[in-house]
Amino acid sequence: MKSYSKLSFYVFLLPIILWLVLLIIIPQIELLIMSLRFENDMGDMVWSFENYKEFFSNDIYWYTFVRTAMYAIFVTFLTFLVTFPIAFYITKIVNPRYIAFLTILLLLPFWVSELVRVYGWTILLRESGVINYFLQALGITTSGIEMLYNDFSMIMGLVYTSMLFMVIPLISSLESMDDSYIEAASDLGASKFTIFFKIIIPYCASGIVSGSIIVFMLTLGNYLTPNLMGGKNSLWFTEQIYNEFIASLNWNQGAAFGFLLLILSSLIIWLGLKLTKQNLAKALS
Amino acid sequence: MEYVLNVQNLEKHFADHSAVNGIDFFVEEGKFFSILGPSGCGKTTLLRMIAGFLEPTSGSIKIREEEMIGIAPNNRPVNLVFQNLALFPMMNVEENIAFGLKRKNLSQDVIDKKVKDILEKVHLKGYGKKEVSQLSGGQKQRIAIARSLVLEPSILLLDEPLGALDLKLRETMKIELKKLQAQFGTTFIYITHDQSEALVMSDKVAVMNNGQFEQIDTPKNLYANPKTSFVAGFVGESNMFEAKLKDDDMVITDAGISLKVNPIDKIKKKCKVYIRPESIILMPDDDLEGLNRFNLTVKTILFDGSNTKLLTTIENTEQEMMVSLPQNRQFAHIKDGDVIPVGVDVNDCKCYKK
Repeated sequence: MKSYSKLSFYVFLLPIILWLVLLIIIPQIELLIMSLRFENDMGDMVWSFENYKEFFSNDIYWYTFVRTAMYAIFVTFLTFLVTFPIAFYITKIVNPRYIAFLTILLLLPFWVSELVRVYGWTILLRESGVINYFLQALGITTSGIEMLYNDFSMIMGLVYTSMLFMVIPLISSLESMDDSYIEAASDLGASKFTIFFKIIIPYCASGIVSGSIIVFMLTLGNYLTPNLMGGKNSLWFTEQIYNEFIASLNWNQGAAFGFLLLILSSLIIWLGLKLTKQNLAKALS
Repeated sequence: MEYVLNVQNLEKHFADHSAVNGIDFFVEEGKFFSILGPSGCGKTTLLRMIAGFLEPTSGSIKIREEEMIGIAPNNRPVNLVFQNLALFPMMNVEENIAFGLKRKNLSQDVIDKKVKDILEKVHLKGYGKKEVSQLSGGQKQRIAIARSLVLEPSILLLDEPLGALDLKLRETMKIELKKLQAQFGTTFIYITHDQSEALVMSDKVAVMNNGQFEQIDTPKNLYANPKTSFVAGFVGESNMFEAKLKDDDMVITDAGISLKVNPIDKIKKKCKVYIRPESIILMPDDDLEGLNRFNLTVKTILFDGSNTKLLTTIENTEQEMMVSLPQNRQFAHIKDGDVIPVGVDVNDCKCYKK
């Protein structure tokens, strides 16, 4: 019996191992090797840190890198601020029999691809878009205003595309929270403010952390939304990687950038977990 | 006389039904007061109104002469021990108990001392650093009570807190709770559907049915002199017979037995007669007076230790009757199928209007 369950454990483990090795680890090793190769003046490929040096010596790379990290953190935080009231409303305020229905309504936009969803926003916001049409029709403005291609529209787009990944873990952790905790806290003399920060947030910590990790990683690695809604000014680090690979055909440089982004995201998540005293296994279980 | 709790004309109507229909009662300082009723009788609604989680439709709730209507739960001098205890899982024992104290802006030294004292009083000294999940059911119970009592409330409300425990632990906790109440001297208002919990622990019990109190009395009186047919049927075990009035205090049951009864209500035609299993005297002496006498056929013996009963039918009828069987060897010869003469004192045949 025991050897049987052991066998089935390995049978189920095998596809995961294969997937990780073939699709993640091997390409990453390939990238790592590529990032350490550099074409010297003689036209020969040699081992070198030149690609990484290039990143540290060029301000625009640095700037984009830090900006992307900061905005990704900001977007994660903003997504939490926007989705928490929604999750709280769905799970604690409306009649419980509507929970499933309202969750489906939230899911609905995500049935179409990110491209289509983001394109929807551009239709609304662009110079000849819906909002501008109404503004002009109502006589508030005379000429179209460009609302796209700035940081504001980019962040709005990023929050919009990642909302679902925050709201679902929040709903599930709030749903598992018995209302009696809130009532007990109130009974023991806590104000609404205290209940929120001392009871609800700590109770939902694992949901918040898992939502934040997913949103942060998706935002940091997002290419489509910064490109479509931020335009040329978006300066998102994924675009630098894309440029190196596709525009400059400098795969070695692109690989180095890719690696730096991986290190950055791992570092920030590690730091976030340390600061909030959470651990990854607990947050994702 | 100043009462710690004084409830007048309390009503609560919901959209589709009314849960509490005009309740008046008061509780004296330092008493253990129970509200006993079947599920759905409105007792939890009543408790939540006292705690402040529900606003009554009308009526008044006064605690120590102060009107509580309109005051939020966090500003009322009452604390509630929840049915599921609601100990905060993200805090350890100490933090749970200190939660309410911190809201009062006490200094850390005072808080630490109070937490230590109360843990000692509930016999959980040294448990402060434990996580809630490490505690047993009975320990969680005591921590939940300690968390409330440490705030020294005027009244401690308890919402069926023993419901989730297994039988053995429930028996121990009953005694434990009674002791804690005596030790702290706090007024307890205890909600339950378990009559044995209410009878064992309380100074006074209110029996609640359909949003109203049927009777408020000491446990002994409640058991011995139920005022309504609901109380007679709900508190303790009883044999109930549907009957019709023949004359004065004579009734004839639907199964055709004539009984002299003790009418509690003014009876018109139809009535209900309640006889407790232990008030039936097996094989009474012929010279005992004031008894209703009849013969019973033993169908089966329901052995349950000190609580053993005979399931019988009244001879020549289908009318079933439960009779207590003392386990003192006097009646050890009784076996299935026997016909035995029995008697019941007329005063123990309580008759209520239908």
